[in-house]
Amino acid sequence: MAQPLLQLDNLSKSFGGLQCISHLDIDVREGEVVSVIGPNGAGKTTLFNLITGMYRPDAGDIRLDGESIVGLAPHKITNRGVARTFQTLRLFLNMSVKDNVMAATYGRTHASLLESILRLPRARREERESNELAQEKLSFFGQRLMGYRWNQPAYSLSYANRRRLEIARATATKPRILLLDEPAAGMNPVETHEITELIGELRKDGGYTILVIEHDMHVVEGISDRVIALDHGEKIAEGTYEQVATNPRVVEAYLGTSATERK
Amino acid sequence: MSEQTPQPERSGPAIGADEWVARSGERAERRGGVVGRVQGLYDRMPKPAVFALAVLLAALIPVLTAQTDNDIYFLRVGTVALVFALLALGLNVAVGFAGLLDLGYIAYYGIGAYGYAFLSSDKFGVHWQAWLVLPLVVAVSALLGLLLALPSRRLVGDYLAIVTLFFGQIFYIVVTQGYRVSLLGLNKDLGLDRANWDLTGGPNGIANVDRLGVFGLHASSERAFFYITLTAVVVVFAALTLANRSRTGRAWRALNDDTLAAQAMSMPVNWLKLLAVAVGAAVAALAGTINAALLQGAFPDDYNTQVLIIIYAMVILGGAGSLTGAVLGAFVVSVLMLEGLRPQTPIGDFTGNGRWVFYAGILVVLVAAIRPWRRLAAILAGIVAFGVVVHGIVAVTTERGTDGLLNTGPDEYSDGGPLGWLIRHWLALPAGTYEVGSRNWFNFALVVLIALVLCLTVVKGWVRDALIVPTVWLAGFVWETRLAEETSGPTRLLLLGAILVGLMIARPQGLLGRPRVEIV
Repeated sequence: MAQPLLQLDNLSKSFGGLQCISHLDIDVREGEVVSVIGPNGAGKTTLFNLITGMYRPDAGDIRLDGESIVGLAPHKITNRGVARTFQTLRLFLNMSVKDNVMAATYGRTHASLLESILRLPRARREERESNELAQEKLSFFGQRLMGYRWNQPAYSLSYANRRRLEIARATATKPRILLLDEPAAGMNPVETHEITELIGELRKDGGYTILVIEHDMHVVEGISDRVIALDHGEKIAEGTYEQVATNPRVVEAYLGTSATERK
Repeated sequence: MSEQTPQPERSGPAIGADEWVARSGERAERRGGVVGRVQGLYDRMPKPAVFALAVLLAALIPVLTAQTDNDIYFLRVGTVALVFALLALGLNVAVGFAGLLDLGYIAYYGIGAYGYAFLSSDKFGVHWQAWLVLPLVVAVSALLGLLLALPSRRLVGDYLAIVTLFFGQIFYIVVTQGYRVSLLGLNKDLGLDRANWDLTGGPNGIANVDRLGVFGLHASSERAFFYITLTAVVVVFAALTLANRSRTGRAWRALNDDTLAAQAMSMPVNWLKLLAVAVGAAVAALAGTINAALLQGAFPDDYNTQVLIIIYAMVILGGAGSLTGAVLGAFVVSVLMLEGLRPQTPIGDFTGNGRWVFYAGILVVLVAAIRPWRRLAAILAGIVAFGVVVHGIVAVTTERGTDGLLNTGPDEYSDGGPLGWLIRHWLALPAGTYEVGSRNWFNFALVVLIALVLCLTVVKGWVRDALIVPTVWLAGFVWETRLAEETSGPTRLLLLGAILVGLMIARPQGLLGRPRVEIV
């Protein structure tokens, strides 16, 4: 089998005495959609923070396409092709919708400040390309983020549209792997259903490899090639949705020991 | 992909409830009063046209003025305002764009001035040409900005403010103490004649600095200086406008909103912070060189914390993040607060302007803050009536209680002309107002005024409307009896503080700033 795109090798992270991630091995292959599930505090978001360089692991290695990305600054990791969204939305609230997406092209553009001020050819070309890219990424969501919304500040968007804008912004960094942190959190059933389809489209049309944290089991069932269950920073199950959902250890982690016993 | 093909539409007629809801914020913003209407008008005008018009008008000022003493003074006021506009533009990069509370900014202004003074004055007998000195000083200042920002690049908010304030203070101490430098006791061996080598001239600064000169042509007239400074402002304004629209400008605004997310979205935040400080430092140094050439000297008190606070006041008043706002703030504060309140102008005969600035300021605040107009009319009528009644009562009950004159210049009192007559019949100024013994009374009135203003901030509704009447009257009284004669020093800062407090309550985003949302 070909080399996995993202490879976590014996990864560990603790804060003081709290072991958040311990000896975790995860492989994500190109083109796959992998869901990470687990009860609150299982270490899912910490896992994302480790991959994107927000935290540095205590031990273990993270390899992207065979190359270690441990110790790189977050923006460099993003430039290598890892982009994420945040569980608690972190948009640039006071910037316009389009500027939010265009800002994320920073790592892919190179015109210096002086070139931009003098409007030299490279700066103009990059600006045009960023603009087109932003329109393309925003058009992914139909009419929702188009037209008059472009110039509105991000804070004027509804909650669901903010989630969409975060995804658009992440894809504007041209990632190879997209980390989505609870994309359906706080959405109503219709929107949740839409997100499920959207993730499918992201893989199909966008060609992204996707690692997603999700609590909504319908979403997980709908999108995942593979599901990984975490508890207390350890992998307790891995496999297809059916395999993981019926795994006694997973049921135990979510519902407690007695639940399995009563069954 | 969705079934609809995205059809971008820039603007146009409102389509459906969705857009109506989305634009409710804009409408709410537009509704409000006179300030709102002026803002609306400004918003509708095309920006390049506004820019060209403003530059044209400014460029016409020296042409339209003759070369009398008064006109020269006017031009000087304009040039100083333009220097402050430069400073406000530069500060806006770090504070308004990138959101860094940089309190060391004043040092770069000073570095520009002293750098120019070192290289173009009799101090060391060096007289380099301006075209050589200017880029050099600006580059050195930008580099110093990078270096000084390097140790504090990870700091945010209050921590950054304290560290950078420390740099600013160090600069001031170095220039005021720099007249007795001992280079490890090696002064003699280094060919310096004294044990205490004079580098910066200490508190006296460096005098006899050259005018800006290029190829032997020296800008000696006020007009030339005005145009040089105007050119600098136009170039910096245009450059910063383009910078703000570029990838770097977007990145600055992004890290201002959310540094962590900016990092995750491929922006090298530490480098961007350094860059913002360095760009600001370069602009400040440019302003410093112009200022040194304008004053023909570099003096430490032009580069102390008080000046820094005034520049901050300009940026905050205009609206942090708005370049036009920075220029507007610089003009309002510089022309009205610094020059308008001068008791006596150095050239020309403009005295006692402070009075009109003061009353006009109060009127503007009332008009802007009180809606609808019926309420405003009632309050204004109340203010006039209150004054006339108090004047009548005092005139009847005391002997000389209303015989006081107006202070129209240093140690100069007169009836102040027709407008002065109105003021004297509105207020009740006792005769002998300015005798030393009676001052305690007026100090007491000042304390009461401050207490009244504080009360205004906590009461609401008709109580507040009623309280505004005696407050305004008392403000006039305190102005005439106490503040008018001290307009240069504490009064100026007191009024500046009052204006900023009022602004924070009425329009926290500044005159032209956009309201910021931190958490939704």
